[in-house]
Amino acid sequence: MSDPKIEGYVFKPGFKGMAQDTGSDQTMFKGVHWGKAMMWIFLLSDTFIFSCFLISYMKGRGSTLVEWPNPSEVFALDAFGVPVPLLLIAIMTFVLITSSGTMALAVKYGYEKNRKMCGWLILATAIGGLTFVGMQAFEWSKLIHEGVRPWENPFGAKQFGSFFFMITGFHGTHVSIGVIFLFIYAYKTFAGHYDERKRGWFTTMKGDYVEIEILGLYWHFVDLVWVFIFAFFYLW
Amino acid sequence: MEETKKQEQTTTHKIGIYLWIWGLLFVLSFFSYMVDWYQFQGLLRWSLILLFMFLKAGLIMAFFMHLFWERYALVNVLLWPMTAIACFIFLMVSEFKYTVFTRLFYFVVGGA
Repeated sequence: MSDPKIEGYVFKPGFKGMAQDTGSDQTMFKGVHWGKAMMWIFLLSDTFIFSCFLISYMKGRGSTLVEWPNPSEVFALDAFGVPVPLLLIAIMTFVLITSSGTMALAVKYGYEKNRKMCGWLILATAIGGLTFVGMQAFEWSKLIHEGVRPWENPFGAKQFGSFFFMITGFHGTHVSIGVIFLFIYAYKTFAGHYDERKRGWFTTMKGDYVEIEILGLYWHFVDLVWVFIFAFFYLW
Repeated sequence: MEETKKQEQTTTHKIGIYLWIWGLLFVLSFFSYMVDWYQFQGLLRWSLILLFMFLKAGLIMAFFMHLFWERYALVNVLLWPMTAIACFIFLMVSEFKYTVFTRLFYFVVGGA
């Protein structure tokens, strides 16, 4: 791929390309849309934020001498009178993976310039995300009714509440922001902003389907974080 | 004219690969839920949780986020900082072990 800004630049694949990239003049990642590069840098910093949360949770849970609440019982839900462990969390996981899959397909159809398919898939992703946030709100209110607070809870170690609200709250915020952007991008896709290369609302950048990929990166990252939260907070 | 040519060069991948990864993610999530369902305990539980977690994370990053097809420079910029996180985890593990040790120690010996 050649860079629009630099004449005669041809990218080499593999380690040669890596040497070329890291040792190149003026800019690294030549030919990559700046928005995509910046989204990756943002996601890297976000990775560190979530890592700090999860590591502090590990430290808090590891250093307390009081028994940690059993997540499999705390997050159990009654289905037809039988308590099913982690039922809601499992459904939330599947909803988020479903929305991640539709997002991946939206990116694919975007690059194929299939406006309608791309738009519908982004809309499906947004609805999936909204469902996830809704179920999280249900989960929060259920736990708050049961008396879980950031400073105490009836199940065991007091730290449980603060880590739970902090980690899932921060993740839920990410999902909510993602949902807002998904709805905006669904509108922009259906309106044909990317086919017409129309400029955005806050930028002079010309519209392009690469924006769908950038949005997709964010959305997959939200799913990725949930994979870790699910493993460390709910299953461990 | 050069501009339009470049636009066409963006690669797309066959739908099959996405559906496969999607299916695999569902299966792996189901497996990790089964770890809790059958109440595996101890080392088996932790290793299974970590195994399914890393497989899922790897699949999402490699295929949904296209890292498998990305240039090596980007992949390296993203993955090397993870070693810093690994170091931090190592530091905090020794830290919480020390905290537990001091707590137990002073519960037994009593404060000064």
